[in-house]
This record gives sequence, structure tokens and C-alpha cells, in this order.
Amino acid sequence: MNTLIRFLPLILVLALGGVLYRGLSLDPKNIPSALIGKAMPAFSLTKLTDKSQIITEDDLKGKVVLINVWGTWCVYCKYEHPYLVDIAKSGRVALYGLNYKDERIAANQWLKDYEDPYVFSIFDESGRLGVDLGVTAAPETFVIDDKGIIRMKYVGPIDGRIWQDNFLPIIKKIENEYQANQKQGEE
Amino acid sequence: MINLLLKTLVSIVFLFVITLTNASANYVDTYTFQDPVTEKRFNELNKELRCPKCQNQNLSGSNSPIAQDLRREVYELLDQGKADIEIMNYMVARYGEFVLYRPRVNSLTYILWFAPVVLILIGVLVIVFIVRRKPIARKEVELSLDQQDKLKALLKDKDR
Repeated sequence: MNTLIRFLPLILVLALGGVLYRGLSLDPKNIPSALIGKAMPAFSLTKLTDKSQIITEDDLKGKVVLINVWGTWCVYCKYEHPYLVDIAKSGRVALYGLNYKDERIAANQWLKDYEDPYVFSIFDESGRLGVDLGVTAAPETFVIDDKGIIRMKYVGPIDGRIWQDNFLPIIKKIENEYQANQKQGEE
Repeated sequence: MINLLLKTLVSIVFLFVITLTNASANYVDTYTFQDPVTEKRFNELNKELRCPKCQNQNLSGSNSPIAQDLRREVYELLDQGKADIEIMNYMVARYGEFVLYRPRVNSLTYILWFAPVVLILIGVLVIVFIVRRKPIARKEVELSLDQQDKLKALLKDKDR
């Protein structure tokens, strides 16, 4: 008992050191999204390519829906663009764009100059849907399931490795849930 | 001596002047308010809410696009007659607890709020324990007869 008390300060210092050392390798920018498990917020905005066409959350259809927040002002959006093209071509997910705080003419030109990977892009000039989604900057990508529930948010550009490590597991999970639901419906 | 005292005094006064004039930069948007109370609430809310992109700046201290957008949201919510707590909830629902500079008391933040109190209590207990501990009893050492004789002999030796 006495020796325990004698070593208590050392133990406490080591424990505190352990906690602080762990803190060194944590990323303070990695803020969990407040919207995980919540429904996609309602919105009513125009299509990027056609300012007379109104889109709402009901227009985002697919087994697995990806919403990619992008803008012509965003440097890393250019970096992830070829990966997005590949992802769209694979047909596994429905990829939608959220053109965030941008200009319509410039954004349409951007899609013409490169390649348009999106089913369509939502035009959010004021960033209001961005605020509802808790977007802080671009690029950000949301994964939404067939029931319209936000399952994941990824902050930063997508590339091959991130797609493998961060996206595929949750996409598989959603697909499995979908299949299980289909089976239940049949029975 | 007096010289040194004067110097110290002057530096202290100088420091006060700097703190009072407040060198922090606040970005001023061109919002007009219905009344000074709303304006004050707007400024207070912008101080309490953290910019989600810039890690350690509040909304009033940052000019990043997202901080501008959120200031606009705060302004519009105030304009709609929302209460401060409703505006806080609105922000937390979108950006998480991170946006609050004063985190709420819940199971995640108990340690944050109560650890200092607990640590002070432990400190007080330790001090009480140390102060009230009885001093270690000293053994009375008695010399044997032989030893007493020797001692006397030695003392006599010295006197001579």
C-alpha cells in the first residue's frame, strides 16, 4: 500500500504523458460531421446547367448517392476530378455535384473543359445548402443511402486509396443493407 | 531604485492601454440592425461561435468565406426573431459541438467541466492528510549503565 502511494505520482505523470502523446497524432481538423445518420436536408435550388429547372432532395435518386461539393475556385477539386470520372463510369454509385459558392458561367465552362462526371450539379451560389449540410470548404463528399440518410462525409480530395479505404467499406455496407431489405420485401 | 520603479510603472500602464484599446481585428460587415440590442446580440453570438474551418478563430475574427456565410446566417436568424439558444442549436445541428467555444455539459464533456474541481478537491485532501499526520514517534534511547559510566568518564576527560 505504502509503495503504491510512493509510485502514484509517477503513474499519474506517465498516464498524463500517454494522453498528451496520443493527442500529438490526432488531427484537430478532423471534425466529425453533425449530420451522420440524419436525413438529407430539404432544399430547392436550380440545376447548374439550366437555371429554369428547380431541383429538390427528391431528385437525388440511387441505391448509393454521392454528393460531391465542388467549385471552380477549388484547387483540389481539379486533383480529384479524374477519380470522380472513374467513379461515375463504374456505375456503382449515383454521383451528384453541389456547385458551391461559384459562378454559373464559369462552372459550366469548367465542366465543358474537363469532363462532367455528375448526373447533374446543384447550383448553390449563396452556400445556403452548404450551411445546411455543414460544409466548410470544397471538396467534400457525402455518402447517402437509398432512404436519403447521410451515412458519411469525407473532407478533402478523393483519390484511389481514399476511395478504397474510406468509401468502399460504407458503400458495401449500404448495398448489403439494401439487398437484405429487398429480400425481406419479397418474403 | 526609484528609476526602476518608474520604469515598471510605465510599462504596466502601457500594457493596460494596449489591452484596453484591444488590438484584435474584427471584420465588419455592412449589416444594419433594427435596434442596438440586436446588434449587441449579433456581436456576442459571433464571439461565442467558432469558425468551423479556421480552428481557433471565432466568427467575428475570421474573414474566411464560411465565416462570412455563418455571420449572414446569424444575422438572418436574428432578423427572424430567433432566440440566442435557437441560433446556437441551429449551428450545432449543422457543424456539431465544435462551433461552441463554451462546450455544453453532457456525458462527453463531464471530464472537461468537472476535472478541475475534482483535482482541486484531491489537492486539498492531500494537504489535509499531510498536515494532520502525526509526527513519527521517536524512540527514547536509554543508555545502559556501562555506557553511562563511559560517558561520564569521557566528559571528565574533556573537563581536564
